[in-house]
Amino acid sequence: MVSCNPVVLVQAEDFDVTAETQKLTAGRQDVGAVVSFTGLCRDEGGTLEALELEHYPGMAEAEISRIAQQACERWPLTGLTVIHRFGKIPAGQNIVLVVAVSGHRRAAFEAADFLMDFLKTKAPFWKKEHFKTGQSDTWVAANQADDEDAARWSISPVDSS
Amino acid sequence: MQIRYFAWVREKVGVEEEAIELPASVTTVADLMTHLKSLDDNHAAAFEEQDTIRVALDQMHVEQDTPIGNAREIAFFPPMTGG
Repeated sequence: MVSCNPVVLVQAEDFDVTAETQKLTAGRQDVGAVVSFTGLCRDEGGTLEALELEHYPGMAEAEISRIAQQACERWPLTGLTVIHRFGKIPAGQNIVLVVAVSGHRRAAFEAADFLMDFLKTKAPFWKKEHFKTGQSDTWVAANQADDEDAARWSISPVDSS
Repeated sequence: MQIRYFAWVREKVGVEEEAIELPASVTTVADLMTHLKSLDDNHAAAFEEQDTIRVALDQMHVEQDTPIGNAREIAFFPPMTGG
């Protein structure tokens, strides 16, 4: 059974990396490794004003939870938090956070990497680019390299049937 | 059944969601896509590159050859670009 009880949040609001990390480590002495990944909105060489993130309410939470459960079953994590924002996110601001906590570093590194690969390819979010120049808004195209990254883990987290 | 659209599929169809009575000829997700394409120009444009479109039945990812069965909600969307 899953023992790491992942926390999954899909929200418009920003998050606090330090506060989220402390929630996973406070009061425990079995944690030896914390790996956190924060994805930010890049300005693409000064051209991008913001990303608009559309999501599928309900399924976004459900799908991220399925991926997080897989990570908890695959690595001996003591805690896992995933936060994904939606709405308009200006360049320089946070988009996504993964914090994986474990007794040892390898599990924490790998679980965070795994989570990000599957968030990119399976979590129902779509990014639209808003440019500074008045150029029309465009949907970001899916990146084949992201599919290849996800395939590295070979066992798909959604093949749970 | 309730159909939901996201991102550029939603923009091309022109609505976020709609309720559709499934014709008897529709068994699989692909059958439904063929039916939707025949409705009007907007649907035809949205589903033009049918292989590109991803599908969720009751909020679970499925392949296009999956039978729709008793699902209540089906969603069509482009490949995801979150993270």
